[in-house]
Amino acid sequence: MYDESTLVKEKFQLLDENGQFDDSKGYDFDDDLLVKMYKWMVKMRSFDVRLLKMQRQGRIGTYAPFSGQEAAQIGSAVALDLKDWIFPSYREIAACVTHGLPMKQVLLYVKGHFEGGEIPKELNIFPIQIIIAAQALHATGCAWASKLKGEKQVSVSYFGDGATSEGDFHEALNFASVHKVPTIFFCQNNQWAISVPLKKQTVSSTIAQKAIAYGMKGVRVDGNDVLAVYQVMKEAVARARNGEGPTLIEAVTYRQGPHTTADDPTKYREEKEVENWINVKDPITRFRQFLEKKNLWTVSQEEALQKTCNEEIDQAIQEAEEEPLIPTYAAFDYVYAEGNTLLQEQKEEVQRNGQRREDV
Amino acid sequence: MAKKTMIEAINEAMEQEMEQNERVIVLGEDVGRNGGVFRATDGLQARFGEDRVIDTPLAESGIVGTAVGLSVNGFRPIAEIQFLGFVYETMDQLSAQAARLRFRSAGRFHAPIVIRSPYGGGVRTPELHSDSLEGLFTHSPGLKVVMPSNAYDAKGLLISAIRDDDPVVFLEPMKLYRAIRMEVPDEAYTLPIGKANVVKKGSDLTIVTWGATVPLVTKISEEFMTHGIDIEVIDLRALQPLDIDTIIQSVEKTTKLVIVHEAVRNNGFGAEISAVVNERALFSLSAPIVRVTGYDTPYPVPTMEDNWLPNADRITTKVKELLAY
Repeated sequence: MYDESTLVKEKFQLLDENGQFDDSKGYDFDDDLLVKMYKWMVKMRSFDVRLLKMQRQGRIGTYAPFSGQEAAQIGSAVALDLKDWIFPSYREIAACVTHGLPMKQVLLYVKGHFEGGEIPKELNIFPIQIIIAAQALHATGCAWASKLKGEKQVSVSYFGDGATSEGDFHEALNFASVHKVPTIFFCQNNQWAISVPLKKQTVSSTIAQKAIAYGMKGVRVDGNDVLAVYQVMKEAVARARNGEGPTLIEAVTYRQGPHTTADDPTKYREEKEVENWINVKDPITRFRQFLEKKNLWTVSQEEALQKTCNEEIDQAIQEAEEEPLIPTYAAFDYVYAEGNTLLQEQKEEVQRNGQRREDV
Repeated sequence: MAKKTMIEAINEAMEQEMEQNERVIVLGEDVGRNGGVFRATDGLQARFGEDRVIDTPLAESGIVGTAVGLSVNGFRPIAEIQFLGFVYETMDQLSAQAARLRFRSAGRFHAPIVIRSPYGGGVRTPELHSDSLEGLFTHSPGLKVVMPSNAYDAKGLLISAIRDDDPVVFLEPMKLYRAIRMEVPDEAYTLPIGKANVVKKGSDLTIVTWGATVPLVTKISEEFMTHGIDIEVIDLRALQPLDIDTIIQSVEKTTKLVIVHEAVRNNGFGAEISAVVNERALFSLSAPIVRVTGYDTPYPVPTMEDNWLPNADRITTKVKELLAY
């Protein structure tokens, strides 16, 4: 077990930047789990890179890439059961897909298809949140409902370091701890909120230490170490399921790319800093080195995986691009459970306009 | 059937819905042990327990935001905002979250929440306790806006709101909480959200109003009646959805329209009604549409509010001017 008193200051780490595993802490992981997590990380990196390319080609809209944050997102999502809830922001595509969201669904979202937010019925994933920290309250309420119903699901909100400045962050942590609800606040501290560095968000020396003020468990973890993330998340989930209340996890990571495709990070970040995170601290490189040392991964497996990932991504893209568009008038059916006079009139106007254009 | 005040009717509506559906819960500031600052939730915690009538931390965004999460995981939360002036603290959770959830998820999720809040002037409150802010919500597609004016309507509309599958902002005129007792059935009943009530039929002029100003407008219409002037009074009961047909039918009959509301005039809901009538019944009108509303200042201090509100003098003067047009 890790030392609770120091963890809000120090980063919990199992795998260092060279892929050296820390045996002294006494953790052991199932080989299948290791390979599964690695495959997810590679697939999600490929997906992210492809989505960036598609944006440059004009095939999708504005996109917020997550490269560099795969260990944080996948390590945490793999520790959940399918029935657990996640409440993502826009940079948590990898967590969503790992938790079951089809890549095709992500593509519909980034293409601006009306059904992009229509999470498949069997999945407990909330639609992507744009407003910073708003979803932390939704996860708290959802977890509260599980507690009131006597059910064992946990609810996880994902957000970034910038979100910790929002009022909703405070309100969510406070509500969750006062009512001891089974929720996990998973903060990916990727150092930058668009152009504003963490030191301009807070003078707290860590984000994890904020948990202390709420009487809540706080954990700081190396967010580029998938094993450490998995381990702290697994323990937070167990505590939540066991009725021991919420946890704030700070996963220290880095946004390797721009905030979105509309952002130019060279205006505010030092190239050296970015290169260090990409060349020295990358979460996938580190994990592959570890797997290779354990003889769990080979060059030929890597090649085969890349090929499968590309095929799966190609397939998802093809399906998403073939998906028929929803006519604009259909949107009027999703404002309320039932329509009303004014909405119906506007819907009919859109239908008439559509028909007129087709007549031309 | 017994005579009840509006606050008693509201309390009874929540009690009966909580009785018949264990997923109906109440949350807010001081709603539990204290029974609410106006006693709207009086006795509910004693009866249903602390898990169903929840004293939350003092945070409006937290109240509505957690209600969204509770609602998608099986509950029907009734969230209380202690005074409507405090609702600015939770506008994102209302207008950007609860309101848009059905649309954002193309129907996968929806937020069956009721947000109850007292509003309205004439009660000598501190600042930001009297504002009429219904226009904030009618400008947020996805929210329903209900504003009862009496005990009978309040009970039936609140039960409908609790059973509704969309988020309903339910605004209660605090001046009327205990002002009038009226016959209210003891059993649960519903009133349709979006159906106006013609309080008084008439042929000479139409007054459209809602919530806090309905009793005043009704009284004024009765005084005009003693002078042989027959005013039709429409209590909208709900602004979203809006009962357009009742308004248009009335204006086609009387040809003259006064709109009375306490909210500030600029972009107030009266402007929307005026536009709708112009679009649909312009040639039925024999005179311009008149609005009697709060003025375009922040809600004033108690020593000024009687002059600021649409009072009997202001309404009567405008009605006379319009009748003489």
